[in-house]
Amino acid sequence: MNPLGLYVPGSSPVHRLPAGVKLVAMVLAGAGSILLTRPWEVLAALVAVLLLYALAGLSPAVAGGQLRPLLWIGLVTFGFHLVVNGWQRGVVVVGVLAALVLLAALVTLTTRTTDLVDAVVAACRPLRVLRVDPERVGLLIALGIRCVPVVVGLAEQVREAQVARGLAASPRAFAVPLLVRSLRHADALGEALMARGLED
Amino acid sequence: MPVIEAEGVGHRYGERTVLTDLDVRIAEQRVGIVGANGSGKSTFARMLNGLVLPTRGRIRVDGLDTRRAGREVRRKVGFCFTDPDAQIVMPTVAEDVAFGLRRRGLSKAQTADRVAAALATYGLADHADHPAHLLSGGQKQLLALASVLVTEPAVLVMDEPTTLLDLRNARMIADVVERLPQQVLLVTHHLDLLDGFDRVLVFDEGRIVCDDTPSAAVAYYRELMSATPAFRGEPS
Repeated sequence: MNPLGLYVPGSSPVHRLPAGVKLVAMVLAGAGSILLTRPWEVLAALVAVLLLYALAGLSPAVAGGQLRPLLWIGLVTFGFHLVVNGWQRGVVVVGVLAALVLLAALVTLTTRTTDLVDAVVAACRPLRVLRVDPERVGLLIALGIRCVPVVVGLAEQVREAQVARGLAASPRAFAVPLLVRSLRHADALGEALMARGLED
Repeated sequence: MPVIEAEGVGHRYGERTVLTDLDVRIAEQRVGIVGANGSGKSTFARMLNGLVLPTRGRIRVDGLDTRRAGREVRRKVGFCFTDPDAQIVMPTVAEDVAFGLRRRGLSKAQTADRVAAALATYGLADHADHPAHLLSGGQKQLLALASVLVTEPAVLVMDEPTTLLDLRNARMIADVVERLPQQVLLVTHHLDLLDGFDRVLVFDEGRIVCDDTPSAAVAYYRELMSATPAFRGEPS
């Protein structure tokens, strides 16, 4: 199970597709998703994405794992639309959200981060005239992906500390230490990047 | 062997002085640094590759001033942190080792060759595509070490690399370090890791209070620690 969307080695056609092509396809799919207005269209899109998972050799459990963080947001969104706009709209909105999250996760699950970074760096090269450093944009993407398991780990440590001290579930008692630890980690990471030769 | 020189080095964090009038020349291959928490040893270690700049005096590595030539010094001096999680910046093992080689002008094939060699050397070849955060503590520290050493620094500074590890993993890291051709400066609380070192510096309250062979310096440090009351309160 890989609920964090981290690269799963493989040699499927989806794995072999160049990172740039996958990123462009993802952007086009995101833009095209506004054309989906009927529940059956959204269900068809979801089935298509799940077929891509099968083509990539990824199990339905892996696909399900990508949607788990979306559970509460999805339920609240669906509940809102059920009351305000009817169930059809709820299915469309939540379905599109799920399809796009699955598609984005498919890209990270089947693409090495270095390939993603290389593709982003190449795409950002024309922005040099605007004084954008492509390497820095690529590094941001890599660090973003790397920090997902780190923050999940920190959250788990904070939760365990709360339980060990017999504290009742409190959003503030959870959020404050998590924020402090995350900022400390960011400081340490900055120091490590400098130590490893990444100046500024 | 590279020569590290500290001349009149002092450092303050705000109102707090952490290093005072440090003068030392290091040219040995294996140098240990010990001291109590807050004695200034980690700040000194960070100064050796320019992560921290002295507020007084200067540090030079092979003649390069860390203030004026920080980039060149960091290419020469690799740094290994206590917590490898803070040092690992890429999601998978091979990618993290390759990260240090970006911007070095190597081709993809050259990078891949050097990464493969580093992974094989440090026993991580079977984990190349594994998520780095799923490695054990010892493997993470090995990865941190491999990621630094793949860039072939002349000096390796290690700030308590075994503090978070159990004895077996600490021994494993020590064995790896023992075989390195680089000059190594090891900050540690594990005094037995200093056996066979050329020289050990003992830090106390921001000064080097002993500079001797491992056996003499460790004996001095033990004496120093036993003379300091460790706990002033009363257990309830």
